[in-house]
Amino acid sequence: MQLWLIPLLPLAGFAVNGLLGRRLSKTAINAVAAGSVLLSFLWVLKTLSALGVFGGGTPLEQAYTEHYYTWIQSGMLNIGVDFAIDRLTAVMLMIVTGVGFLIHVYAIGYMAHEGGYYRFFAYLNLFMFFMLVLVLGANFLLLFVGWEGVGLCSYLLIGFYFTEKFATDAGNKAFIVNRIGDFGFALAVFLIAVHFGSLDFATVFGKVQGMPVESSAGWMTAIALLLFVGATGKSAQIPLYVWLPDAMAGPTPVSALIHAATMVTAGVYMVTRSSAIFLHAHNALEVVAIIGLATAFFAATMGLAQTDIKKVYAYSTVSQLGYMFLGLGTGAFSAGIFHVMTHAFFKALLFLGAGSVIHAMSGEQDLRKMGGLRKYTPITFWTLLCASVAIAGVPPFSGYHSKDAILASAYEYAPWMYWVGVFTAGMTAFYVFRAFFLAFFGEPRWQAAAHDAHGHDAHGHGHGEPHESPPSMWIPLAVLAVLSLAGGYINIPKWLEPMFKVPEEGPGIPWTALVSVAAGLLGIALAAWFYLISPAIPEGLARSFSTPYRWIYNKYFVDEFYDSVVVEPMIDGSRSLLWRVVDASGIDAIVNGTGKTARNLGGILKRMQSGSIRSYAAWVVLGSIMVIIAITMGGGR
Amino acid sequence: MPPLPPSVPLSWYLTLSLILFVLGIAGFLFRRNIITVFMSIELMLNAVNLSFITFSYKLKQVDGHIFAFFVMVVAAAEAAVGLAIILTVFKNRQTLEIDELSSLKN
Repeated sequence: MQLWLIPLLPLAGFAVNGLLGRRLSKTAINAVAAGSVLLSFLWVLKTLSALGVFGGGTPLEQAYTEHYYTWIQSGMLNIGVDFAIDRLTAVMLMIVTGVGFLIHVYAIGYMAHEGGYYRFFAYLNLFMFFMLVLVLGANFLLLFVGWEGVGLCSYLLIGFYFTEKFATDAGNKAFIVNRIGDFGFALAVFLIAVHFGSLDFATVFGKVQGMPVESSAGWMTAIALLLFVGATGKSAQIPLYVWLPDAMAGPTPVSALIHAATMVTAGVYMVTRSSAIFLHAHNALEVVAIIGLATAFFAATMGLAQTDIKKVYAYSTVSQLGYMFLGLGTGAFSAGIFHVMTHAFFKALLFLGAGSVIHAMSGEQDLRKMGGLRKYTPITFWTLLCASVAIAGVPPFSGYHSKDAILASAYEYAPWMYWVGVFTAGMTAFYVFRAFFLAFFGEPRWQAAAHDAHGHDAHGHGHGEPHESPPSMWIPLAVLAVLSLAGGYINIPKWLEPMFKVPEEGPGIPWTALVSVAAGLLGIALAAWFYLISPAIPEGLARSFSTPYRWIYNKYFVDEFYDSVVVEPMIDGSRSLLWRVVDASGIDAIVNGTGKTARNLGGILKRMQSGSIRSYAAWVVLGSIMVIIAITMGGGR
Repeated sequence: MPPLPPSVPLSWYLTLSLILFVLGIAGFLFRRNIITVFMSIELMLNAVNLSFITFSYKLKQVDGHIFAFFVMVVAAAEAAVGLAIILTVFKNRQTLEIDELSSLKN
């Protein structure tokens, strides 16, 4: 079936663009970059149809595995380079290659005026390669390879504008924060290798399922929690979410592809993949649910007061990822993956739409300097409206289906979680529509600003009037808009049923769904009231609740807290202890001391080298005599 | 190989070898002309060759012969290189005084 072609095509694209891109024309770079991903997408389609996915019946009940070669063989441990495809992987493959292709097409238009064009597309293709390895890998080590690879590409692309300090800082932050999570993940992999003697998904999960649930030993919980630590890093959950908002320093297509649609959902995928382990560790599963809920809630509150359009969507991403983990934690794994898919559609669309707005505004990202864009960018307006209603959970659009499935599962698990989730859904609807109204309605606030403002994205090419984006940008927007509206009817929970049991659903629409829809509509109405009808209200509220507002506006001072508790002690400690003491007076002293000793010894020994050949001759003779004496003393042997 | 005259005992050969070797050492240490020093080294090699051959004959083993040939080959190579060096030294320094060639130190 040649599964290896799926990741290898983007890798070939990376190789061509990365090595030869400097000499290729833009058309050629576009063709290679988007073409390789398109071929990969088509190959996914072909593979899936060959496996009978698009026909009737029950395809892929068993995972289809391909073994390529044995990578590591050490004692009992045997790790191969194996790719496997099952129902979960099939969903992820469709999302990654499908949405990935659309975003590549969009990037052709968006990046048209940027420097480092070939570099951008080479990184983007490399990302696709690692992401596909991540979802295709049939053991934890290959998953880890993909996991680290996407982290690398994320770092490279966040710091794409490497001449800007804030961009490189954001890249470093993302990379370092992810290291913490990856460390946990690596420990989990070690524990799995120790306890199961294998890293293959099939073997490990087979052994886990053979154990009775009651015997969930402490180490099972430890493995689950460490895996989840990895997930909190990659999927931006409390306490490691801080890198994702800063990651918006990268170009907007990167935000859409990596930091909304695909990479950040890797944690959700990994936890879902390891569901067997988590189901045997109920404490860990509860931690997942609580962290997910807390992240969803707090990120949503932070999103309420952001003024940068991309930051609003970034906090929204963190919040939606929290929802996914809430779903996983309450046992609704298929609902979590369902939300991964719908979120990939509408959040990619939100970011691409934001990119289109930024493009129209010649690089301006501040919502306070937008307004009234509806007339100038009608396509962006309509597509962003589709995405906004989808994320707000308005039926019958995609966000409603997946969010409702998660909230229903949360209600079964613990009603208070449901109510917090509903409240968060209301906030989500509010801040998304706040951004929407601020950008597209009201008086234009950009006359003065648009000309001289070359915002963060360094995307200015000063046209004055806002203008609609080129077709290569709005066609992907339109496709994603259709998917955002209709994607909810792709019944992922049913598709994943052989892997994850779906709770029985009563007839009709349950009241839990009605309440969450009501919350969403209330949020939209509030946003409309605040930002369309009487714009004075939000300012008044901000003034009368100045303390909570300041906390939210400054994101609860979490960054400052981490800076003063972790970063600065670390830097100070490194400087005063590790540098001045350990390095300067420890390591340096040893190295310099060795050199000095050797030189002193040499100073003594060099006197033998008088330059007089006859003295050398005398030394030779003396030495020979000594050797002869030594041999004689030793008995002539 | 014709037998040695019975009147010449083993110790004589070894004594001759020793004398030659000591002469070589003496020349090596005390002569001041490089060529003479060089010849002294050759003398030592040949003194050793002599004792090799002697023992080889006495013990009826061919090893000593082989070793002697080996030493001669090395000595020939060494002579070629050594004489070339001496020629170059003379060209550059117009002297073969061994005590004046002492710049290679410290």
